[in-house]
Amino acid sequence: MTAGLNLFEQQARNRRLTVAWMALFILFFAWLGFGGDLALYLAAAARTEGQVPYRFPWIGVVITVIAAIAAWVAWRKGPQQVLWSTGAREVTAPQTFEEKQLVDVVEEMAVATGLPKPKVYVIDDPDPNAFTTGRDPASACIAATTGLLAVLNREELQAVVAHEMGHVRNFDVRLMTLIAALVGVIVVLSNGMGRLLRGGGGRGLGLLGGRGRKASGPLLIAALIVFVLWVITLILAPFISRIMAMAVSRDREYLADATGAELTRNPGALASALQKIETHEAPTTHIKEGAAHLCIADPLGRDVNLKEGRLADLLATHPPMAMRITRLKGMAFQQLKTSGQLPTA
Amino acid sequence: MGAILLLVVVVVIVLWVVSAYNGLVALKNQTVNAWKQIDVQLKRRHDLIPNLVNTVKGSMNFEKETLDAVISARSRAMQSGSGGGVKETAAAETALTGALGKLFVVMERYPDLKSSQNVRDLQEELSSTENKIAFARQFYNDIATGYNTKQQQFPTNLVAGLAKAEIAELWEIEDKAERAVPTVDLSLQKPQG
Repeated sequence: MTAGLNLFEQQARNRRLTVAWMALFILFFAWLGFGGDLALYLAAAARTEGQVPYRFPWIGVVITVIAAIAAWVAWRKGPQQVLWSTGAREVTAPQTFEEKQLVDVVEEMAVATGLPKPKVYVIDDPDPNAFTTGRDPASACIAATTGLLAVLNREELQAVVAHEMGHVRNFDVRLMTLIAALVGVIVVLSNGMGRLLRGGGGRGLGLLGGRGRKASGPLLIAALIVFVLWVITLILAPFISRIMAMAVSRDREYLADATGAELTRNPGALASALQKIETHEAPTTHIKEGAAHLCIADPLGRDVNLKEGRLADLLATHPPMAMRITRLKGMAFQQLKTSGQLPTA
Repeated sequence: MGAILLLVVVVVIVLWVVSAYNGLVALKNQTVNAWKQIDVQLKRRHDLIPNLVNTVKGSMNFEKETLDAVISARSRAMQSGSGGGVKETAAAETALTGALGKLFVVMERYPDLKSSQNVRDLQEELSSTENKIAFARQFYNDIATGYNTKQQQFPTNLVAGLAKAEIAELWEIEDKAERAVPTVDLSLQKPQG
């Protein structure tokens, strides 16, 4: 199983998975845009018996342009919006001992990664949680709840911050901001197109077959199939894209766990931090659904994140806590084994 | 035809030499920079120690030996830092880490010290600096290992002389005690986790 892999193998594996997922995401987006054009083109081909003049793929181009603009706006404004929506305040001059410790630990992890120190934010919320956002290491922001600062000891806090710095170093912050933007765009597009189709009534179908009475044969059937598939995707798009985003997010959590452990060389501390975070399972009221995939633990306290299995695998933003803790403990065990500190049984 | 082929081969080789050379120079500068980062943290520690010593001196006059050990280890570390190589600096700083660790253990026995906000802040500051030193060292070693590997590997080793690449010394921990699992917990544990 994957738990037996060492830190570097886990990172390599997770990176491959992420590339595959991103490719799927882009393909999905392209189908959403150009699938409609394909259906129209096939219908036209059926009407004219294969002699179609060149058609400009306007659905695809319009969708792409809208998506690009919307994604760009979400990309530029996303991080600030996430921080604003959680009511996080930046810690510039630490007021309490806990805040001082948080700033210190973030500085330590910046030294460990050789990256610029991210901005530190605190959220006044008793539930322990933390997240990272930003577009790149230079603009990264790490936010922790006051609950996290109160519950964890220094080593565990360091482990959590190392996990977050892992997100920064692996450019997860960039990927997650991008994905959040993409999912948002797909949801908006799907809603808009759905409304257009319903409003237009049978016009869509009319375009396919109504006018050309002579139209028949395999081309028309192909056009119908493509069109039906396209409509189905359009309806399912928001759901599917969320599932895809969550899958990427789950992989990233494992990778960040691995990177965090590599940075502190102390996987055990992260395991015990996760355990503490899990036992305080009250939902983090200040963190809304939009930022859920950024957090170290699911802020909504949903049951799906605790279970293993097909459905939970699809719906959760985070891998099951038990799995993460098991993997980390596996790493701690390997570390002891390689350094020869394991009692020979 | 043959001339063109020869030209292509020469261009490819020249391009490769340029990129390999530049790669080595970049790695060298990264290594130097990583070392500077350690230096920054070491200086910070040297600056903090007199503060700590002055703060605890009053309540710890029975522990003169421990305090003196810290002070002398600090001055030795500062001396080797201003001109010594990696090895000397590493040895002196490791000794300082050990002396500080002892001081922290002794301080645990003085409840009035532990409860003082000032001492707590100083101790946190020093613990954090200790950690930063450790992490900067870890980062330096990783970067330097990458640099060393690159200049030894074929075919990059062919341009290593041209790029004046030299093997960077790693910061190794000589002290046996440091290599073992640390038993001294510098972290300020909360009363209850």
